[in-house]
Amino acid sequence: MLTNTYQPDTATQLEIFRRMALLKANDERTRKMITNGRLMTVYYSYRGQEVIPAAMSVNLKDEDYLCTIYRGIHDMLAKGLPLKALWAEVAGRVDGTCKGKGGPMHLTYPEKGVMVTTGVVGSSMPIANGLAWASQLSGNGRVTVANFGDAASNIGAFHESLNLASVWKLPVIFVCQNNRWGEHTAYHLSTGGERIADRAKGYGMHGIHVNGNDPFAMYSAAREAVERARAGEGPTLIEAMTYRFNGHVFGDADRYIDPAEKAKWIEADPYPIFRARLVETGVASEAELAKIEADFDAEVEAAAEFGLASEYPAAGELTTDVYGVAA
Amino acid sequence: MSAAAEAKAKPINNLAALNLALHDAMAEDPQVLVLGEDVADGQEGGVTGVTRGLSTKFGEKRVRSTPISEQAIIGAAIGASLVGYKPVAEIMLMNFTTVAMDMIVNHAAKLRYMSGGHTNVPIVIRTMTGAGFSTGGQHSDYFEAWFAHTAGLKVVAPSCPEDCYGLLRSAIDDPDPVLVIENMPIYWTPGTAPVSGARVPIGKARIVAEGSDVTLISYSRMVHECQGALAKLGEAGVSAELIDLRSISPWDREAVLASVGKTGRAIIVHEAVVPFGAGAEIAAVISEALFGRLKAPVKRIGAPFTPVPFSKPLETAYLPNAEKIAEAAIALVKG
Repeated sequence: MLTNTYQPDTATQLEIFRRMALLKANDERTRKMITNGRLMTVYYSYRGQEVIPAAMSVNLKDEDYLCTIYRGIHDMLAKGLPLKALWAEVAGRVDGTCKGKGGPMHLTYPEKGVMVTTGVVGSSMPIANGLAWASQLSGNGRVTVANFGDAASNIGAFHESLNLASVWKLPVIFVCQNNRWGEHTAYHLSTGGERIADRAKGYGMHGIHVNGNDPFAMYSAAREAVERARAGEGPTLIEAMTYRFNGHVFGDADRYIDPAEKAKWIEADPYPIFRARLVETGVASEAELAKIEADFDAEVEAAAEFGLASEYPAAGELTTDVYGVAA
Repeated sequence: MSAAAEAKAKPINNLAALNLALHDAMAEDPQVLVLGEDVADGQEGGVTGVTRGLSTKFGEKRVRSTPISEQAIIGAAIGASLVGYKPVAEIMLMNFTTVAMDMIVNHAAKLRYMSGGHTNVPIVIRTMTGAGFSTGGQHSDYFEAWFAHTAGLKVVAPSCPEDCYGLLRSAIDDPDPVLVIENMPIYWTPGTAPVSGARVPIGKARIVAEGSDVTLISYSRMVHECQGALAKLGEAGVSAELIDLRSISPWDREAVLASVGKTGRAIIVHEAVVPFGAGAEIAAVISEALFGRLKAPVKRIGAPFTPVPFSKPLETAYLPNAEKIAEAAIALVKG
C-alpha cells in the first residue's frame, strides 16, 4: 500500500532534514547528559525514528493537534515544542512546559498543538478522537495526529478509537511508528497479522503501510492522510516501519535484541542516507547542512544548560493545579 | 403566580430534573455536548430517557450516540474538553466505568496537574446505578469511594429533583471532571421541582431535618431511606438530624462537624458496601475532629461486603432500609 502521490519539493526536503537534524541533536545531547550523570531521567530514545515526525510535521500547522506517548519527544520537537521549555521540564524545573510537574512523559504545549503526552500505552488515541471531534464540530479545519507504537495496536484503546474515528469520520491520523518491538517483546510474539495497516480495513477506514525511514514515502503518506482529514473525509491509519537504536529505555542492556539485527538497522540509518542524497541532488551543499547541524548542537546545548540552571518549583506547587476551583 | 411558586406547585421526578438540566445547559451554552450509548432520540433518548429530546432539539452533532466503547467515549469527551467544549458523557451503568478507568483516573483526573495548569478537562461523566431492580452483581454497584480517592476528580450523588438539576448544572459549569452518580430506582421518585437555572454548589450539604440526639449523614437513595427512618425515630423519642451530603468529593465537612458537634453522635448511611467505603473517610474525619466530644462511636450503615445478589429476598437483605437505619440509631442513642 505504498503511495507516491505527493513529492516534497526541494524546500520541503530541506525542511524535513532540518527537523531531523534537530531531533538527532536533541537525542544525542540527552543521552550524553544521562551518561555523564548530569541529567537523571528515564529516557525513551527515539534515535532512528526521526523521519516519521519530520515528514509528518511539515504537513501540519501550529494549530493542528498532536497526541503522543512517552517515546514522543521527536514528535513534539518536530511540532514546534521549544527546546528550553522541553529541557527544563525534563529536568523537573519550574521553567518547564508543565512547571516540572509532568516530566518527559507528560509534556504539554498547547501553543504548538501539543495537547497530551501519555505514559500509558495506547491512550493517545481516544483523546485524539476528542480533539478531532472538536475540530469537526467547529469546522476549523484542524487535524489531529495520534502517535503510538506497534505494540499499542494490541491494546483496547486502539480498537475503540479506530472504530469510533471511522464511524464518526473524524479528522484524525493514527500514526503507528512500528519499530518492531513492544518493550522487550518482538512483533511476531505479540501481534497477530502481518501488517498493522491491514487492520484499518476492518474498521472501514484507510490504511497505509509505508517505509517510515524513507522521507519521500513518509511525506507522501502523511500528506495524503492530512488532506483526507482536512477535506472531511475521515481518518487514516499510517503504519510507518522504522527501528529504535537504543532499545526500550536508554541504558538497558538490550540483551533480548539480536545484535546482528540491531547493527543492520543502525547501518541503514536514514539520517546520513538522506543527508547524502540532499547533497548529491543539489538540494543543499555540505556546508549548509553542516551549519544546520552545528547550529542545532549549539542550540540544544544552550537549552540543556538553561534547563539544568533553572529553579525547581516552589514547595507550594505540590498542591496547586489539582483543581481549578478548589475542592 | 411567581416562577418559584409555579415550580413548587408541580413536582417532577429525578429523571425529568436531569433531563431539564441538560436541556437548559445545552440551550444556554453551545459548547455543551452529550455523548453516550443510545443517548440520541433515534436510539430512544437514553436507556431510561434521561437524554430524551436533546438530539431533536440540538441536533445529532451535539448529541451523539456512540458505539459500546467506554474508553472511546470518555477519551472523546476529554479531548473535546481540552479545546473549549463541555462534554457530558454518559456511562450507562457505574459498573462500566471500570472499562474506562484509564481515561478517567490516569487522564481526566490528572491532565490539569501534569500539564502544570496549561490544560484542563471540564467533562461531566453521568452514570446510573443502584440495587433494587434485580439487575445483579455487575449492574448495581456504587464505586464512589474509588473516584473520591482520586485527586483531580469530583463526585456528586443527588437524591432529589432540585439537586439532580442543580448539581448537574454545577457539574457542567465546573472546570474539572465531575462524576454524577444517579440512582436508578429513584429516577421516578417525585419531589420539589427545581427553579430554572438554579445551581446547587458542589461541596455543600443540605440539612433535610433538624434534630438533637444523632446526626444521620447520607447521600443518593439512602437519603430517602433515612427520611423513612425519621418517623420511626420520632415515635421512639429519638431526635435525629438528617444531612444529605449531595457531594461526596468534596464533601461538606463544616456542616457535618457542626451537626455532630451538636448531637454528639453520627451514623453515615450509604448504599455502597461498608468496608473501605466513603463512610470510612467521613467517620475518620469526625473522629479526629470531635474526639472527646462524641457521646458514641461513629457508626456506618451500608451494604455488606458481597456482590449484589440477584434473588429478590437476598437483594432486599443486601440493601440498607428505613427499619435497619432506625434500629441502629435507636440502639446508638438509647444504648
